Amino acid sequence: MKSGVVWRCLRRRSMSTSVIDWWDNVGIAPKDPILSITEAYFADSSPRKINLGVGAYRDDEGKPVVLQCVRDAQAKIAGCEFLESLSRQGSMKLVDESVKLAYGESSDVVKEGRFAGVQALSGTGACRLFAEFQRRFRPEAQIYLPAPTWSNHRNIWRDAQVPQRTFRYYNLESKILHFEALMDDVKNAPNYSFFLLHPCAHNPTGVDPTEEQWREISYQFKVKNHFPFFDMAYQGFASGDLDRDAQAIRIFLNDGHLIGCAQSFAKNMGLYGQRVGCLSILCKDAKQAISVKSQLQQIARAMYSNPPVYGALLVSTILDDPDLRNLWVKELKVMADRIIKIRAVLRKNLLELGSPLNWDHITNQVGMFCYSGLTPEQVDQLTNKFHIYMTRDGRISMAGVTTENVAYLANAIHKVTKSGKES
Amino acid sequence: MESQNPNHAISPSATTASNGDSVFANIAKAPEDPILGVTVAYNKDSSPIKLNLGVGAYRTEEGKPLVLNVVRRAEQLLVNDPSRVKEYLPITGLADFNKLSAKLIFGADSPAIQENRVATVQCLSGTGSLRVGAEFLAKHYHQNSIYIPQPTWGNHPKVFTMAGLSPKYYRYYDPETRGLNFQGLLEDLSSAPSGAIVLLHACAHNPTGVDPTVEQWEQIRQLIRSKGLLPFFDSAYQGFASGSLDADAQSVRIFVADGGECLAAQSYAKNMGLYGERVGALSIVCRTADVASRVESQLKLVIRPMYSNPPIHGASIVATILKDRDMYNEWTIELKAMADRIISMRQQLFDALRDRGTPGDWSHIIKQIGMFTFTGLNTEQVAFMTKEYHIYMTSDGRISMAGLSSRTVPHLADAIHAAVTRIV
Repeated sequence: MKSGVVWRCLRRRSMSTSVIDWWDNVGIAPKDPILSITEAYFADSSPRKINLGVGAYRDDEGKPVVLQCVRDAQAKIAGCEFLESLSRQGSMKLVDESVKLAYGESSDVVKEGRFAGVQALSGTGACRLFAEFQRRFRPEAQIYLPAPTWSNHRNIWRDAQVPQRTFRYYNLESKILHFEALMDDVKNAPNYSFFLLHPCAHNPTGVDPTEEQWREISYQFKVKNHFPFFDMAYQGFASGDLDRDAQAIRIFLNDGHLIGCAQSFAKNMGLYGQRVGCLSILCKDAKQAISVKSQLQQIARAMYSNPPVYGALLVSTILDDPDLRNLWVKELKVMADRIIKIRAVLRKNLLELGSPLNWDHITNQVGMFCYSGLTPEQVDQLTNKFHIYMTRDGRISMAGVTTENVAYLANAIHKVTKSGKES
Repeated sequence: MESQNPNHAISPSATTASNGDSVFANIAKAPEDPILGVTVAYNKDSSPIKLNLGVGAYRTEEGKPLVLNVVRRAEQLLVNDPSRVKEYLPITGLADFNKLSAKLIFGADSPAIQENRVATVQCLSGTGSLRVGAEFLAKHYHQNSIYIPQPTWGNHPKVFTMAGLSPKYYRYYDPETRGLNFQGLLEDLSSAPSGAIVLLHACAHNPTGVDPTVEQWEQIRQLIRSKGLLPFFDSAYQGFASGSLDADAQSVRIFVADGGECLAAQSYAKNMGLYGERVGALSIVCRTADVASRVESQLKLVIRPMYSNPPIHGASIVATILKDRDMYNEWTIELKAMADRIISMRQQLFDALRDRGTPGDWSHIIKQIGMFTFTGLNTEQVAFMTKEYHIYMTSDGRISMAGLSSRTVPHLADAIHAAVTRIV
């Protein structure tokens, strides 16, 4: 009997190694178009290489920056007891401070608690939570994304199984906002549609509506009963002024819209890898806010239970301490100003090289990115001949441009475009 | 451009606060999470003798949360290193952390690791690792049934359902013996369709504390392999259960040793006390290095639309500790101290009930392993203990041994004694 059992065991063991190829169907996934640029850049050994791919800030020496206010906050919390209650408080504090930043310190919505706010995994996580929430409670809804938008937006709403459509946004010819087309699409969308809006420093184009245009968009949204969802990844980073960069949101708020908003502290506090953000949804009253928040927490619970503590503690420490907060505001302006300045230098260099093309968009566009208008082929040339890395849609991360490399960059762009052919 | 609205008045809008309602107006408040809700109720109680035996977070003899000394040391090193920046991690997380985590669970000498057959990605603790693994399976695996033990951690079915899998149950706990229903387990897994996914708690089953013996694990392995089922391990307590990291990983290692495939979700929440930092890893052991590479590339596509890349802080702490021999040793000592304290609490509670002559067989308290004890108390008894003795636990009778101390054991023993003698 025992030997029979042993034999059957051995036979089963050999059966376990016979090949059933469960993963035969698993193809190699396409590389992420943005993050794979950095991979390729690291693999390049040229001393002249420039990384204009992912939107992470660099100083004028091309170095990543840890803000002083962040270092100070780190020192302040080092050695703290990481009590669970502290982490809960840190998370709540983060949400409170985030909504004040977005909606304004004196906003009624904030004072009256008419918002459901949860800490999220940076901007991506906030968008994903909202997409899942939208799917669960408005299963018939689609999401309208601007054309173009950050490539990961499409992935996020797709994985949340929310059908997506686009609305016209960027005018390829003129390199400015295609406002009439945008308004047409807003009007022609069925009532009660969900729209994703970039409140400032549109990624990837850097083209934002003017204040007047935002007012018109807001008005039309009311006529159509559309739901505005804002993805704010660059507050303070675009103009250097936190309130000014949130202006679109404040306009919608004043018009009585009950918006949703994703916020990220990745860029404006340089906390990229900490994954700190916030999702807020405005509600009719505080009671409804409690319901909505409880549902958001449920969705998060099935994804990662709770968000990470450390980054939230850093943010809430900084925003809660007047000195640290002032320091942050100053450092933020320094970053924004450097980008604004280097845009001007790049454009000036191209003009001085005698480029036949119009480069006004370099200084007209706002935020970290310049939608250069370069074709994929021209981008490939920049990479292959000049070791300059950017995404193939021609998006340049201005944060990667420095006093030291701007001339080289301008020269390279000039070389690949001087035939005058450009899309 | 003039507005098309002939009245020039804003028509009632579903999105105005003033005259309309929110598009989410019909949303009901979600029920409290049953586990986290216990702490909420506990916090509201003003009694000085209240005891929180709800959520599974370790507490010291003094009832305080614990930050391991080695964790503090690692954090100091990180803070004091001016060269460290907070840039984005790759989608798959911190490379060092991933390699070290795989070695920790599979063993440094594991052939699967040496042959590059393991795809490991950093995730947000155990929950995040389970979710990423489950979404990967929902997208790429031919079967979407996942068999989970009855009972299991309350969040398991939600994680799997949201990921697109379909949870089914296999018998596990025997309320009669307060031990393993091994026959039932074997029968239910035998009747699972070929290829079905099976969730296994690597050690210290949550909530029961009942684990298969080494011999039983071997039988489970043979059954799973013979049926072509796909094992998915949830390892949340490595080192915390017995005090030995290797012993607590044995169940996982026998499956890897037979050359077959499996998934493993690891959490550092308990064994490194890093709860709030959300540190974990998902490993998928594949037949070949080529498959592992393709699998890793697909895991990235699951992660990117979820949160782009994982948080850096906690993983950096873990990597710092695991790669330094002294710190690693220090960790194993602190880990064993935590495990030993839990084991000691079990013994103390058992002795206290015996001393009180509390009716019933309470040996399961010392037979079960890990942070939790499935007391066998019913919901009425639990409610009684909360009301009369201010003792908070989940209504299934699960208590977190980590929440006990020598000082509070008598109070709990009194409460159990009263509940069992007065409420049947």
